[in-house]
Amino acid sequence: MARYAMVIDTTKCVGCMDCVVACKTENNVPEGFNRDWIAYETIGKFPILHMEIRSERCNHCDNPPCVYTCPTGASHISEIGGIVLVDYDKCIGCKACIAACPYDARFIHPDGYATKCTFCEHRVVEGLDPACVATCPTHCMYFGDLEDPNSEVSKLLQSRKYHVLQPETGTKPQIFYLI
Amino acid sequence: MNELVITRHNEMIDPHLSIWGWEIPVYLFLGGLVAGMMIISGYFILTGRTKNTLCSCFRIPVIGIVAISLGMFALFLDLEHKLYVWNLYINFKWQSPMSWGAWILIFIYPILILGILIRIPDEIGQRFPKLLDLSNKLRNKQQFVKLLGALSMIFGGLLGAYTAVLLSAFSARPAWNSPMLWTLFLASGLSSAAALVHLIGKDPAERHMLAKADNGFLIAELIIIILMIIGFVSSSKVHIDAARLILSGPFTAVFWVFVVFIGIIIPFIIQILSVNNKIPHTNVAPILVMIGGLILRFIVVYAGQYSHWSRNVFTGY
Repeated sequence: MARYAMVIDTTKCVGCMDCVVACKTENNVPEGFNRDWIAYETIGKFPILHMEIRSERCNHCDNPPCVYTCPTGASHISEIGGIVLVDYDKCIGCKACIAACPYDARFIHPDGYATKCTFCEHRVVEGLDPACVATCPTHCMYFGDLEDPNSEVSKLLQSRKYHVLQPETGTKPQIFYLI
Repeated sequence: MNELVITRHNEMIDPHLSIWGWEIPVYLFLGGLVAGMMIISGYFILTGRTKNTLCSCFRIPVIGIVAISLGMFALFLDLEHKLYVWNLYINFKWQSPMSWGAWILIFIYPILILGILIRIPDEIGQRFPKLLDLSNKLRNKQQFVKLLGALSMIFGGLLGAYTAVLLSAFSARPAWNSPMLWTLFLASGLSSAAALVHLIGKDPAERHMLAKADNGFLIAELIIIILMIIGFVSSSKVHIDAARLILSGPFTAVFWVFVVFIGIIIPFIIQILSVNNKIPHTNVAPILVMIGGLILRFIVVYAGQYSHWSRNVFTGY
């Protein structure tokens, strides 16, 4: 079975927010909300400072606490490449999944259900990349199947250094940031 | 320096979580209160106090049903997708504390209703003679009454523990993520319940006993709070940060003044004096205990939403 993942090259990301706009347009994300966003992180001691710019979203974790905590099964792991999705007709809006997510990647849609990044599942089933990946002007985002050793994402993770967000939470995130 | 700036500003998520307002603390308080009352009622039944017609165990289930219904209504108000609430009861997800809670609440009702039936109020009995007959028959079945007492204690314990496990299972919120939180909520639920039963109790001996028991619960609560803080400050950075919320943060004053001082220490002193016959029993102490229990739930729910894992992860350089 496929295991979809996203790889983002932080050395190429310029924080232009095209991915954010693409997501909002593609998924009709309500005004005032974001399924993806840009993080600017600076570390070091002046004058030796390093900055990382990265595009963040739901990490589609292999060990997703949002799915485990959902009392109705609305949050689930899709058979399509392990993508974490929400069945809106099952969601009661209890917000337990939001509390469970260490990445704060979810929010309540104005219609009352929990929602978040879907990896543009509707595009992926048609063999297309998620809208953010397809739009990125610096080509810093890659999407593919980790189970396929010849996929671009697999090769990048074999050849480059990377990190994931908050690995200490044990969620096994499936978005990898190249450094 | 380690600075993180993000462009996201989702409602209820940023700058810190604010998904749960007054409804959840009220629900957790009422749930804990009913849990404590069921444990006390079960204890009274199992120790044969049903022979005493003044026993509070006959009134507890009536108050319990009202309180848990109000709590569940508050919980319902909190739901954002209310018309889909029935999904809770066509699924059981063993990994989800909320799913466990939904089903435990369903089992609470028949236990409380049977608790009412073993001695229905006189006014109702006069109006419905058949119900009175049923009540008399049930009360005379000793095995049944004992079983009801045991079930009341078991499900009271489960309900009291669940109200905290619901929160402590969220490892993403360090201030909730303590294995001791359920003991704190159970002790707090018991102390609030003992206080309420003390308030409504008609038997002076029972009230005296409940004041003594309440002192035990309050001391247990204080010890658990201290142990929890020790647990947090000797843990990881995110847990130390979580402890700071009540040690030197936005919840410090309200926690120590309203929960510890007004909700535990003052009523403890008043009740120590009253059980030793230095002063007469007063309603002040039980009321303070319940106020403290309610504010504790508010602080825990709000502080948990403030606390988070460090998002600074950029360590590749």
